[in-house]
Amino acid sequence: MRLFSNPLRCLILGAVAGFGLFRVARAQSPSYGLGTTPTPAEIHAWDISIGPEGKELPPGSGTANEGAQLFADKCTACHGATGWGGPAPMLIKPATKPQKPLPCLSPCIGPGNVMALHSPYATTIWDYIHRAMPFGQEGTLKPDEVYALTAFLLYKNGVIKQDDVLNQQTLPQVKMPNRNGYAIPDWKPGAPRPFPSER
Amino acid sequence: MGPKKPNRRNFLKSGAVAAAAGAVQVTTGQTPDAGTKSLKELIAYGERSHYVTSIREPVDARPSPDQFGLTFHVTTPLQDSVGIITPSSLHFIGTHRGSIVPDIDPKQHRLLIHGMVDRPLEFTMDELKRFPSVSRVHFIECQGNHSKAEDKTVQDTHGLTSCSEWTGVLLSLLLNQVGVQKGAAWVVCEGAEEVKGAGSIRLSKAMDDCLVAYGQNGEPVRPQQGFPLRLLVPGFEGIYNTKWLRRIKVVDRYYMTYNDYGHISKDEEIAALTLQWGPKSVITFPSGGQQLPGHGTYQITGLAWSGGGAVRRVEISTDGGQTWKDAEIRGPVYPKAHTRFGMNWRWEGEECVLQSRCTDELGQVQPSRAELAKFFKVSVDYYKTHGTQGTDNTIQPWRVASDGSVHNAIV
Ligand code: HEC
Repeated sequence: MRLFSNPLRCLILGAVAGFGLFRVARAQSPSYGLGTTPTPAEIHAWDISIGPEGKELPPGSGTANEGAQLFADKCTACHGATGWGGPAPMLIKPATKPQKPLPCLSPCIGPGNVMALHSPYATTIWDYIHRAMPFGQEGTLKPDEVYALTAFLLYKNGVIKQDDVLNQQTLPQVKMPNRNGYAIPDWKPGAPRPFPSER
Repeated sequence: MGPKKPNRRNFLKSGAVAAAAGAVQVTTGQTPDAGTKSLKELIAYGERSHYVTSIREPVDARPSPDQFGLTFHVTTPLQDSVGIITPSSLHFIGTHRGSIVPDIDPKQHRLLIHGMVDRPLEFTMDELKRFPSVSRVHFIECQGNHSKAEDKTVQDTHGLTSCSEWTGVLLSLLLNQVGVQKGAAWVVCEGAEEVKGAGSIRLSKAMDDCLVAYGQNGEPVRPQQGFPLRLLVPGFEGIYNTKWLRRIKVVDRYYMTYNDYGHISKDEEIAALTLQWGPKSVITFPSGGQQLPGHGTYQITGLAWSGGGAVRRVEISTDGGQTWKDAEIRGPVYPKAHTRFGMNWRWEGEECVLQSRCTDELGQVQPSRAELAKFFKVSVDYYKTHGTQGTDNTIQPWRVASDGSVHNAIV
């Protein structure tokens, strides 16, 4: 049956007044029969999004010490030997304020921004190193290496201890200094912003 | 706010920079030699007259391309615009997510929709074009579009907004095809460029008016705008309009991607002024850096838009905001689109300050900086060292000096 994705559910939900409208509208739209169904393995290979709960994190682990060597080998060319002062964004906050302003790339939250300090979740750092670094060779790092590099950056910025082990369980638990540093604005279709109001 | 502005001339002089920034002509004063182009080339894909020299420019303090060859932000020359559509070649670029414009073969490109759905599906470009299409005129504006006292022209102050007719498939239709499951609340949309930029959008917005677009102004979306496929999130900050769209994951919560993280605010009142653009307008003539040749009749003209819907009214003040007159709407009015306005004006050589104010269909009124400062209980001087709270939709004043020169009057 092509026309209704699930006619039975459509009927049941249709009967549940006040709840059903949205879902009924969705369930009733015709199926065009276009597109192919990816296999679970294909989806898994594409899915590089790591949410704050870390559900998608792969097995593996790493420590700051392991990360130090990797960082020297794979990251310092762009991010600087000390994690700052290179052409790419600063990753490690310098102990003393550098002489000349550091490059403000992106996200350009402000001079002196460091992802390990500003990001509300450690998963965002893992996700980004995994999907985007080393720039130009994205996707070459193994999970263990990403755990180790994340541990190294968090340790060097004073967020975790030197011998903390990061893995599927511990990474989402890391207490980030800016954990509560964001508000998600409410949004509804057709709703005005709270300011400015009608004159 | 931010580092000092580098010498923009130097950027433009560098041939490499100009070439990589995308078909930018170096305006040295010489006439480009039309003879170097074969007739076939000139006919096959029409070019504008070589007398027309309006170009995009890199945003201050963000050299583009940078030393990695990355494009950051490049502004639209709004001062030269007519009507409401931005030529695709002049559409602003905002790509601060580590991307050299990717070279994507549309035959190889796929869009995967998965996550909390009943039937994950993968679409080819050809398949997407077999769905009913819609064409809609919408602006896209980068969060970084804010006016600073150092800015000279309207390209500097407002050049990170552009408007196109976009053609594609409604995202709601595609989400209906996969069957969104109960408990789903957000979608994470991801691009295919080097760093795979991704952003989280509420499902309510995704089901409302978002568009998976393959067309821009009557032809395929330009590579710098996301060829072969991009997301349109009408009215929202530019960054959510994922370019080179390859994957949509339906999830139950905000995902705090790298792009999301770059746009968060802690203060709830400030955060509320992000995401969806408020009502905004700017006079494009006479605007900063332009010169009135003498006394007499002119048309004050400009653009108005709002992330909240259609523009309902535009007012113009020629006396620094003491009195306001309704401007004429001169062109089509679409929701969440640039809208052209204008007004007859006689200039007798007096020094004056021109500004425009937009009201949208929700009744939202564009604020002045003084009003914004009052709301946030700061002095107007605060904006000398800080950006405005939230996305900047404040009123832009231009000062016309008695010699006819026009200047940015933001303090
Ligand atoms: C070839 C140069 C290059 C190399 C090598 C490189 N990066 Fe990067 N990195 C960049 C650039 C450029 C950016 C900024 C990307 C953008 O603005 O979108 C960046 C951004 C980042 C960020 C985000 C920082 C922020 O505040 O926005 C992190 C984290 C990061 N890199 C980690 C790494 C790690 C870990 C390695 C080593 C495995 C590495 N990078 C290797 C060029 C590089």
